[in-house]
Amino acid sequence: MATAQSTRTTSITVEVDDMTYTDVVEPRMLLVQYLRERLGKTGTLVGCDTTNCGACTVHLDGQSVKSCTMFAVQADGHAVTTIEGLAQGGELHPMQKAFHEKHALQCGFCTPGMIMQSIDLIKEHPDPDEHTVRDGLEGNLCRCTGYQNIVAAVQEAARTTRESAVSTTEEGAA
Amino acid sequence: MTVTEIGSPRRRKEDQRLITGRTRYTDNIVLPGMLHLAMVRSPFAHATITAIDTHDATSSPGVVAVLTGRDVADEQGSLPCAWPITPDQKAPPHPAIAVDHVAFAGEVVACVIARSAAEARDAIELIDIDYDELPVVLDLEEALTDATLAHPDLGTNKSATWVFDSAEAGTGDDVAQVLAASELVLERTYLQQRLIPAFMEPRSTVVDPTGEQITMWSATQVPHLLRLMLALTLSIPEGKVRVVAPDVGGGFGGKLQVTPEEVITMLAARRTGKPCKYTETRSESLMAAHHGRGQVQRLKLGATREGIVTGLSVDLLADMGAYLGLVTPGVPILGAFMYNSIYKFAAYRFSCTNLFTNKAWTDAYRGAGRPEATFAIERLMDDLAHELDMDPVELRRKNWIKHEEFPFSTIACLEYDSGNYEAATDRALELFGYDDLCAERDRRRAAGDRVQLGIGVSTFTEMCGLAPSRVLGALSYAAGGWEHAQVRVLPTGAVEVVTGVSGHGQGHETAWSQIVADRLGVPFDSIEVLHGDTQTSQKGLDTYGSRSLVVGGMAVVAAADKVIEKARTVAAHLLEASTDDIEFAEGRFSVRGTDQGLALGEIAFATFSAHNLPDGFEPSLDSDATFDPENFSFPHGTHLAAMEVDTETGEVTLRKYVCVDDIGNVINPMIVDGQVHGGLVQGIAQALFEEAVHDESGTLVSGSFVDYLVPSAADLPSFTTDRTVTPSTTNALGVKGVGEAGTIASTPAIVNGVLDAIRHLGVQDIAMPCSPHRVWKALQDGASKGLGAEEPVPDRVAPEQDAGPMNSSGNLPTGDFQ
Repeated sequence: MATAQSTRTTSITVEVDDMTYTDVVEPRMLLVQYLRERLGKTGTLVGCDTTNCGACTVHLDGQSVKSCTMFAVQADGHAVTTIEGLAQGGELHPMQKAFHEKHALQCGFCTPGMIMQSIDLIKEHPDPDEHTVRDGLEGNLCRCTGYQNIVAAVQEAARTTRESAVSTTEEGAA
Repeated sequence: MTVTEIGSPRRRKEDQRLITGRTRYTDNIVLPGMLHLAMVRSPFAHATITAIDTHDATSSPGVVAVLTGRDVADEQGSLPCAWPITPDQKAPPHPAIAVDHVAFAGEVVACVIARSAAEARDAIELIDIDYDELPVVLDLEEALTDATLAHPDLGTNKSATWVFDSAEAGTGDDVAQVLAASELVLERTYLQQRLIPAFMEPRSTVVDPTGEQITMWSATQVPHLLRLMLALTLSIPEGKVRVVAPDVGGGFGGKLQVTPEEVITMLAARRTGKPCKYTETRSESLMAAHHGRGQVQRLKLGATREGIVTGLSVDLLADMGAYLGLVTPGVPILGAFMYNSIYKFAAYRFSCTNLFTNKAWTDAYRGAGRPEATFAIERLMDDLAHELDMDPVELRRKNWIKHEEFPFSTIACLEYDSGNYEAATDRALELFGYDDLCAERDRRRAAGDRVQLGIGVSTFTEMCGLAPSRVLGALSYAAGGWEHAQVRVLPTGAVEVVTGVSGHGQGHETAWSQIVADRLGVPFDSIEVLHGDTQTSQKGLDTYGSRSLVVGGMAVVAAADKVIEKARTVAAHLLEASTDDIEFAEGRFSVRGTDQGLALGEIAFATFSAHNLPDGFEPSLDSDATFDPENFSFPHGTHLAAMEVDTETGEVTLRKYVCVDDIGNVINPMIVDGQVHGGLVQGIAQALFEEAVHDESGTLVSGSFVDYLVPSAADLPSFTTDRTVTPSTTNALGVKGVGEAGTIASTPAIVNGVLDAIRHLGVQDIAMPCSPHRVWKALQDGASKGLGAEEPVPDRVAPEQDAGPMNSSGNLPTGDFQ
């Protein structure tokens, strides 16, 4: 019965976008529901119920996860980054800039998940070819763009990230 | 006027909020005391409801109320259909909540209203419903016989039959006579499988009944039509309803609807007096949001041995599904004008019978009638070229309208204003490397390679920019096709543009700013575009049918021009000159031949303060305009696909795709390219991946993204897109619609390519989607029957789920989290 289930609750402590939250949640609450409904982190979206579309992708301890496929209780003691925590000090993340610059979004609904997954992708593949990008985004669906400009944006962000790493290293050396 | 913004690839204004998660999709909206809805849906495709027991659900924790069809029978009305295509069109009543009869699996039977979404979903499990199952009709040929009825009370499955005949219309000859006299007649039956629009944002509705106006936020393409229809359906005074389409996550025609869920949420909010929210799950969306396509196309094409087409006869069966939605009956009729496409035919007849089945209802999906028409004629042209052993491009050249023949009155009663099919085709052939690829295909064919290459050709034109109101009236559509805009100049000189179209990914905020920036000479960033709220955008007919720019953009131009004329009067007064001597350029009004002048912003402030205006001048520069187009716009293009087919496995690979579209003048080439890319993929998906599959009991088998194969990035290559520019002559911007273009032309290009690769192996047809299994089976059948084998009859009702290159559609977990 639902009544028995809903009376069982658990306390969790999660760091989300550099802020620490402690909340009492039902064990069945999904991470994405916790983010959206408890914390108001509505930048993270829900597009399906079968872990196919990737709209809900966030980072857990720096790695991309689909937040509809995790329970909130599994995030206890971990750090979550959402699309809302990417920009630092008023400066957009290079991936956000690249999506804007390359017109990699139209309706924007897949965009938060697509950006979070793309950041993970270029961390693993700093200089990805088209095939690598397309394979790496296989779990994130977009219905508007046909993916061509998303691929271009990911490669652009990879390029700017590599260049800024080089210039940081050079500055460090100087 | 100096043009600086139009034609520039301006980065979009919309992006900032979308890339940072600062979005307002409907499901993001939370209001104090808000209640949540969950729907009980029929598991049967056809049944009578004999009993509903809501007792346990009503007493479940958090539940506020349970609504059944009987509870709301007196107030829910019947969902609207705005397009009765014939005076005697038949349609069943369409209640938001079924009362005693369900006609498709997924139809809403009851609704739980609870304090949380989880409690509402828990409680729907506790509702006990008794059904008596009825026989289902799913197949169109069977529906035509009336042996089993989707709605027994209606007495027939036939909703309406609509006919166009060139001999009767006086635009051409009698097609029966022409076909009888033709040297060659091709007879074909093509199938348009059902598709699901599958916008990424599931539909969601929030209704706030507090305050004087009831406010509905909804994931809709059509806030204005929705407001009107809610008022009419529920007998609420129109002025008491406000509809807002906030950020909307895609539509593709799928959100051009007045939905049961919107009506139910409205009823729930009025009953409880509290804000109510309903957000569908993806499974519900695929099952119960309207589907698209779903046609049997029986075709006869007559031709001479020299390859001149003499006449075309089209006999359609169109699947309405269980009910008529907002424009359901008109969708196949939109195709009626497009079967002749870019060609000159002597005779043409179109007949369409709209049929009810026990499936979710169909309605607009990207292209709406025009992709089906284009598919049919472009498949026929390739079949004819093959029959005559002629190059498919050469055959098309022999039949198309030459550029010097525009404007051209077509056999389907349209006047094409402009076009240049030769230029677009030549450019496409060049970019594609047509001759080289054809040579490679021939080599591989001669060598009997395992992987064969095929070249797919498709040209297209479409009528878009819906639409001249008088034409819509002649087609019995209930509304007009005009569009409204308002341009307001604020005291600071900043400009607000109010538009009646309702964007949901198209980039209107950016493109309209570019248009107004050029027109008024104000900076792009000083312009704010307001839309999608019936309180601020008080008039409009919304976004669909590639109409936003060609109709809505023209309304913006007209409103801006009125602002200029008002400001000119003020400028003349302040500069003590005659209005005839006032020149306007780059945002500045000046006295001809002098250095005296005033900027638009200065005039705006002078008008705001209103201390010194001409006698009798109304102190405002703000202007409204309502634009009704004189004609449709007719974009066109040539699309070429190189398809590789593995003859042992049936695997199909798209190796190269080139398209050259002519959409007239371009406001923002970056946005246009994006529209084309996305359109191409939806058309390619129809050819290769997507199908709404039902089992024999009428249950949707492809009811999640595991089975409904929306392609992922890994399923596709990059495309080569280019444009030729032949401006439209019927609007001042010279623009044509682009939203549907890619979807219309790509499906036949892909299928023609697949067939070209394996036609020599005895394959004449493959039903879409051309999955590896179907291609492999067609190859087996072709081999067993030898060359010239009969067309394989596709299993329409329940083809097995295909596996293959689509296994990439999202099954991969993201990241390595354990």
